Amino acid sequence: MPRRLNTSGCLLLIAVSAAPGVIGGCSEQRPGAGDRAVAASHQGDETGRFPVHLNLPVGPPRVETGQRDHLDRPVTVSCVACHSLQAPDRVARSGDDLQQFHQDLQFVHGNLACLSCHNPLNYSALRLADGTEVEYASVMTLCGQCHPRQSNDYVHGAHGGMTGYWDLTRGPRSRRICIDCHDPHAPAFPHMIPTFKSRDRFLSPQSPH
Amino acid sequence: MSSEKPHRTFSLPVLGDVSRRTAMKAVGATIGVAAFGRAILPLAELKDRVTLQEFLQKHYKELTPQEKATIFERLESETKAQYGAAVSIRDPPPIPGVRFGYAINLSVCNGNGRCAEACHRENNHDRATSQSYIRIFEMPRGTMDLEKGRSTYDHVVPAPDSFYLPVQCFQCENPPCVSVCPVEATWQEPDGIVVVDYNWCIGCRYCQAACPYHARRFNWQQPEVPADEINPDQGYLSNRIRPQGAMEKCHFCLHRTREGRLPACLEACPTGARIFGNLLDPESEIRWVLANKRVFVLKEELGTRPTLFYFFD
Repeated sequence: MPRRLNTSGCLLLIAVSAAPGVIGGCSEQRPGAGDRAVAASHQGDETGRFPVHLNLPVGPPRVETGQRDHLDRPVTVSCVACHSLQAPDRVARSGDDLQQFHQDLQFVHGNLACLSCHNPLNYSALRLADGTEVEYASVMTLCGQCHPRQSNDYVHGAHGGMTGYWDLTRGPRSRRICIDCHDPHAPAFPHMIPTFKSRDRFLSPQSPH
Repeated sequence: MSSEKPHRTFSLPVLGDVSRRTAMKAVGATIGVAAFGRAILPLAELKDRVTLQEFLQKHYKELTPQEKATIFERLESETKAQYGAAVSIRDPPPIPGVRFGYAINLSVCNGNGRCAEACHRENNHDRATSQSYIRIFEMPRGTMDLEKGRSTYDHVVPAPDSFYLPVQCFQCENPPCVSVCPVEATWQEPDGIVVVDYNWCIGCRYCQAACPYHARRFNWQQPEVPADEINPDQGYLSNRIRPQGAMEKCHFCLHRTREGRLPACLEACPTGARIFGNLLDPESEIRWVLANKRVFVLKEELGTRPTLFYFFD
């Protein structure tokens, strides 16, 4: 599967390279840990191109416990807080299969099981279909192994949208990543309600007649 | 025999010693002056709405940079006076070596209308009429017949068995709207954008009739926008507040795109359906789409050669 390898290689390059690598006319840069608004005002690098900021997760997600601390902040726990003590459930395919925790999780994503993507050896990371561990920050590599067409489109700037500058010699760009628009557990794009309709004077009469 | 002065009778006794011919000339001249005065009366009525500088303003292409600066200053102060908003009007020139192209992925567009809303806000459109340069058709699957599309849908999207077709100015390479303009108030810029000099436009609406895509909009009234909603980042040929009676159209947000930024509708699209870039740059995203997707244009048979493309994938 040369396409997948190409995509994964590209995304890996994005993840490991501190300087922007030019891939198919699309220069990408990984943000520093904890810094989501990277280099918005920096001058371009030695190639004169500004960075493309991807909205990558900085680490594994945290699970809400539903409780609040004395400052009324929600109490969250890391995945390993429970899963380091639990034996991996290799057959669970949705929240309905569980006796406790994650039972309200809606799962509508093909025929996958939890451990198709979550890593039973390290719940702070994910894993590819071949068992290779990937960090949460490299989640797009994981998505790309089954969705190479979308991944390829994304690498070429034709999927997912962007904000900022079309001309990277003049300014930086920000891009959403897969999981910003697609809930990984229920990835179908949600239905929406149009919030604005231009009232075409020729098509929408002011008074019914 | 004494010579007796002949007794003269005047045809118009009131005037005394004036011949009839002279009197008729005077009457004719009086009527003529009155008629001329009546004929130019509309100019006097214009006084409140059109300043002398505006009335004498030259065509955009004939303006020197100094004259442009004066005009922009005048327009800024007029906006301040009429709308109470401090705006800055610029005139970014086309970037050499750039010809803009746009593509919309109809497979992911779901007709949510955020693009039209962003256009509405970015371009200082009239609030009451919810004007926008983008019109989205809800189309039944399996046809490209625009007659079957509806732009007034109002329900959760996407509806079953429908696709959504956002239509705006296609910045045609062969624009019929430009050739019909009797006063050359609209023309195509080197970067492909078809622009309108709102102050030169006489409002005849020939261009609106000529456009096969209904992409042009007419200002039947002076747009009304609250001061705090006016976008102060304005361009003379793009989103400055248009006068009543002027034609307007999508300009690919040239006040943004000519400075390297993305159009407002693209940034607002939550589905990522829009791809924008430089058609002359082989490394650009838009060129990748043209090379790798099966793109098409609307009403290709008319020979307008749009530079906004659609594709399904």
